[in-house]
Amino acid sequence: MSNKAKHWEKTKGQMIVTLLLWFFFGYVIFMFGESINSASFLGYPLAYYMCAQGSLIAFVVILFWSANRQEKIDEEFGFTSGEDD
Amino acid sequence: MFKGKFIDNLPKIYGTYTGGFLVFIILMAIAEQAGMTAKTIGIMFVAFTVCIYAFIGWLSRTVQVDAYYVAGRTVPTVFNGMATAADWMSGASFVAMAGGIYFGGYTYMAFLVGWTGGYILVSSLLAPYLRKFGCYTVPDFIGTRYGGNVARFCAVVVLTLASFTYVTAQINATGTIAARALHIPFELGVWVGLISILLCSMLGGMRAVTWTQVAQYIVLITAYLIPIFWISNRGGYGLFPHLMLGEEVARLGELEAQFGLVKNAAADIAAAGVPGGLKSISLPHSGVPEGGMAAWKFISLALCMMVGTASLPHILMRYFTTPSVKAARKSVAWSLFFIFLLYSSAPMLATLSKLQLMDPTLATGIIGKPIADVMSIDWVTAWTAQKQAFIADFNGDGILQLNEWFMRGDVVVLSTPEVAGLPYVISGLVAAGGMAAAMSTADGLVLAIANALSHDIYFKMIDPKADVRKRLIVARALLVVIGGFGAYIASMRITSILGAVAWAFDFAMSGLFFPLVLGVWWKRATRQGAIAGMIAGLASGTAYLIYVYPKFMGNPAWLGIDHLRFGIIGASVCLVVMVVVSLMTPEPDSATQKMVDELRVPSGKTILGKQH
Repeated sequence: MSNKAKHWEKTKGQMIVTLLLWFFFGYVIFMFGESINSASFLGYPLAYYMCAQGSLIAFVVILFWSANRQEKIDEEFGFTSGEDD
Repeated sequence: MFKGKFIDNLPKIYGTYTGGFLVFIILMAIAEQAGMTAKTIGIMFVAFTVCIYAFIGWLSRTVQVDAYYVAGRTVPTVFNGMATAADWMSGASFVAMAGGIYFGGYTYMAFLVGWTGGYILVSSLLAPYLRKFGCYTVPDFIGTRYGGNVARFCAVVVLTLASFTYVTAQINATGTIAARALHIPFELGVWVGLISILLCSMLGGMRAVTWTQVAQYIVLITAYLIPIFWISNRGGYGLFPHLMLGEEVARLGELEAQFGLVKNAAADIAAAGVPGGLKSISLPHSGVPEGGMAAWKFISLALCMMVGTASLPHILMRYFTTPSVKAARKSVAWSLFFIFLLYSSAPMLATLSKLQLMDPTLATGIIGKPIADVMSIDWVTAWTAQKQAFIADFNGDGILQLNEWFMRGDVVVLSTPEVAGLPYVISGLVAAGGMAAAMSTADGLVLAIANALSHDIYFKMIDPKADVRKRLIVARALLVVIGGFGAYIASMRITSILGAVAWAFDFAMSGLFFPLVLGVWWKRATRQGAIAGMIAGLASGTAYLIYVYPKFMGNPAWLGIDHLRFGIIGASVCLVVMVVVSLMTPEPDSATQKMVDELRVPSGKTILGKQH
């Protein structure tokens, strides 16, 4: 497999992991909104907290984490960008 | 202004700007104490900020194609994040979101999840690849990846439809705010708003819009956060409201139980003469509605908004302006961070303003008090006179019940400083913030449409030999025409702000999401597949909207997919048609396949030339 193809395999893997996390914080939690709302976090009902702040924080963290991971993958295969213009 | 130097000095320039803005707020506060009228303060806030944006717009004027279309691809990640956040957070986010939560509680908060989660799709599926591609517009990518003018044209149609639906709502919001702050009629306010919007974008295109959007973000986030922290601290609810309002949320639950959540019958509302668009509180603030259907409605709305986010061209094109692919990715993360600052505050604002009104033990509370007393409160008189609030004594007991107080959702943010008894300078600040939010989004949208028409239709299809000067003249002329048309539609007051905004997401996802994503991620996707997908997706989505929307055919929704969620139908049809047609047609030629391979490599030259 060529360098490019290997890089793409890893990139795809990273994309899938990111989307799984996204799916969990964006959907899975709210499928069970009714049952988790009786739990509380910082004094807020849990489902309320998750859509007011929790999932939003998770999304921000996932984005920074994923961008860093992808940069590592790019470096590993020698595709560091920055001087492409 | 020398560009390299300007980019290096950005933190200093915007630091000075922020300081200057804070000084302006303090001066206004002093002027208020010295006896300046509320009216003058409102005018000062809106006029001062709009003049600054116009000044930035003038400084950023350009005669270069790549500066006009993609800000010369020199915008640093953090600043592009701020600009995207302003581009993203519309009049609806600023003005209507807290109001939506105020009335809809948990159910409405699906919008919060949806309007943030979409950035993960943007970052992992699209933005870095489109940046590598080096296109000027979103149809530029579709047109080059799939080849041919038909695909390009279809993409322009979807882009125009989605963005135009969105832009009328924004111009409408600038009109509402300008009308209120400057004390002019709404119809005139719309045109004042439009002129302000064009001042920011006409001379410098994307470059001007970028630097005004950063300035607008600073104004809008200041205007949103100051009242929340002020009310929270003054009322003793907590130093840092986001972490400390648990008790207040619980208290709202108690009050809801005490007053009862009553959904008024439509006939009663009509009989009492409640003006259109006004609502009463009938849904629990933090309670999750029972049953699988309610959960599905929450999730499906979030899904539409997320996929829509990833298909909206005015957002995607912001990531064409970063210096590199890596920077595009980081910039998406920064965008969401800046958006999060406002979005996570909206529920807190809704909680505080709801409590101010509902808690009878507070001086500001009006529910449970005699209607005669409530009617004599200044802000109640003012807002009812403008038909933004209404009292209907359904049970005739002379006491204001929860279901007897009606208000327009947009008013919640604009009125909270007044309701909580903050000085008028805060109301002026909020008006400036709302104006900034609506203007920045309108600018991004008008530019997205005008750029697509000038670059993809005029330059790529009609006159490929046009020189730079002619291209930029056409681009600017289209900007004015589209803005003017948007303002004309807005001045006719057709839809409420939010109905239209959600539709833009559904239109965009119906026609563009899969052609964009599969263009990067599936080499086998063919021109015929993409064209068929775009047409079928948009047509089926639109047909379903007409089928289900109460004001059109009004048929019962299938599986809870109502008019806010019609993108689910459109995007599914688009996917199926695109895959089937692609597999039935011969695979793309080797040049296209090589182009897709090259697209996936984050380093190296862009696929389209620096100037094209």
